[in-house]
Amino acid sequence: MLSKEIRNHFPILDQEINGHPLVYLDSAATSQKPRQVIEAISNYYNLDNSNVHRGVHTLGNRATEAYEGAREKVRKFINAKSTEEIIFMRGTTTALNMVAQSYGRANVGEGDEIVITYMEHHSNIIPWQQLAKEKGAVLKYINLEEDGTLSLDKVREVITDRTKIVAMMYVSNVLGTMNPIKEITEIAHAHGAVMVVDGAQAAPHLKIDVQKLNCDFFAFSGHKMCGPTGIGVLYGKKELLTVMEPIEFGGEMIDFVGLYDSTWKELPWKFEGGTPIIAGAVGLGAAIDYLEEIGLDHIERHEHELAGYAMQRMSEIDGLTIYGPLDPEKRAGLVTFNLNDVHPHDLATVLDMNGIAVRAGHHCAQPLMKWLDVSATARASFYIYNTEADVDSLMDGLRMAKEYFNDVY
Amino acid sequence: MSIKNLDQLYRSVIMDHYKNPRNKGIIDESNVTIDMNNPTCGDVIHLTLQVEDGIVHNAKFEGEGCSISMASASMMTQLIKGRTVEEAQSLATVISNMMLSKEYDDSIDLGDIEALAGVAKFPARIKCATLAWKAMEKGVANDSEQL
Repeated sequence: MLSKEIRNHFPILDQEINGHPLVYLDSAATSQKPRQVIEAISNYYNLDNSNVHRGVHTLGNRATEAYEGAREKVRKFINAKSTEEIIFMRGTTTALNMVAQSYGRANVGEGDEIVITYMEHHSNIIPWQQLAKEKGAVLKYINLEEDGTLSLDKVREVITDRTKIVAMMYVSNVLGTMNPIKEITEIAHAHGAVMVVDGAQAAPHLKIDVQKLNCDFFAFSGHKMCGPTGIGVLYGKKELLTVMEPIEFGGEMIDFVGLYDSTWKELPWKFEGGTPIIAGAVGLGAAIDYLEEIGLDHIERHEHELAGYAMQRMSEIDGLTIYGPLDPEKRAGLVTFNLNDVHPHDLATVLDMNGIAVRAGHHCAQPLMKWLDVSATARASFYIYNTEADVDSLMDGLRMAKEYFNDVY
Repeated sequence: MSIKNLDQLYRSVIMDHYKNPRNKGIIDESNVTIDMNNPTCGDVIHLTLQVEDGIVHNAKFEGEGCSISMASASMMTQLIKGRTVEEAQSLATVISNMMLSKEYDDSIDLGDIEALAGVAKFPARIKCATLAWKAMEKGVANDSEQL
């Protein structure tokens, strides 16, 4: 277990909600930010703010160094070969849309296949639906095993030589499942398809090594990993990014502009049209420093332990259903559940009255809700600042909710 | 726990409508059909109405959602049956004002929906209470010309 000291790094956690100490269990939606990150952003604006890649002046150089320095931190964080492969974007959604619009449009034709899974987040479904509709391509879904995991046999059945793109999440935001990305990438490559990974729920929690995974694209968001909102990353293999066309045109991404034709900057800047998200990148860099100081292996262990403890405690409650794999080693630090007939919204309201923040709803995964045959679920998700005491508070809240609705039903 | 606060939201009349929904089902001979959902949370309602000569003769709903959204749908169908389209629309305005903690017209018989007033204190749940009413408003507005 991580030290409780970590909690003190997060100023927001030190407050009462509805008369109770805040228990924040919604980090899979967005994580809280440590003082180190808040200060890095504030220092950037207080001391170094300027536009990048153009200033002859000193502030311009400082801002450029801060922005490009953050890119190098990201490169190391996911073990990419070069910073040319690291593109700053608004978030995972923008990154996945970019791959669909740029790589997808150029490489997917009529009758070709795009393969995704039933557990995807809407951001890794709709860009492919749109692409498939536009190109007359076929969107195929890999079905899940009963415990919400993927079997490689089923993956092999669905991916064919007509498959051009395989896109899937590394870690499920609902089931907590961790998918065998490396093995699936091998299968995709054997059929000549590229592998696109939605890493939004993985990057905050696991050590990412894009070279080891050998995936072609990897997208993630800063705000789920202690960084600010509005900054995310698209990693792409250099040989693919080199031949891909930008989808946003304007300042910052051009090399030479003529009256009727223009040329682009080299990688990665050709994909970063307009003034970039400088303070966001600085904040993300600080978040990476912060997570690396704690150690990603520690974080992963902490979350397995907390998820294990939560599942064990929650199984004490009659009528509580947990979705996804029951083996804590097979899942990331979140537990999605339903309690008897109590609708998750009603449950979340009762918990909120106890200062406990959980997510209730479809978690941007409507096809998965359909697969689970539920209209909504509740989800408690954990991060480095959560402790067993938070799980105990959740348990108290759940017991009270159960009692309350037993009485009023 | 602030049970007292919760009791303001989950009034017994609301829980009664949730447990024993009135007018659950589909009207086969309906002339107004509306499907509406709350995309952020997954609540859905399928509302059928029978409207003739500017009067709502019958109203039924099917749906899935939390206690507030389903109770509100049940109350809505109960309240608008037999009323004119204009009255039904005024009731929708009452609900909307109630949710915004604004003054509302209590000269109309509000029946059970006064119990929904407590929802205003739970901003995250206002959308649950208004879903059925929005569906009804959309239905009668779309069709008011030909009805």
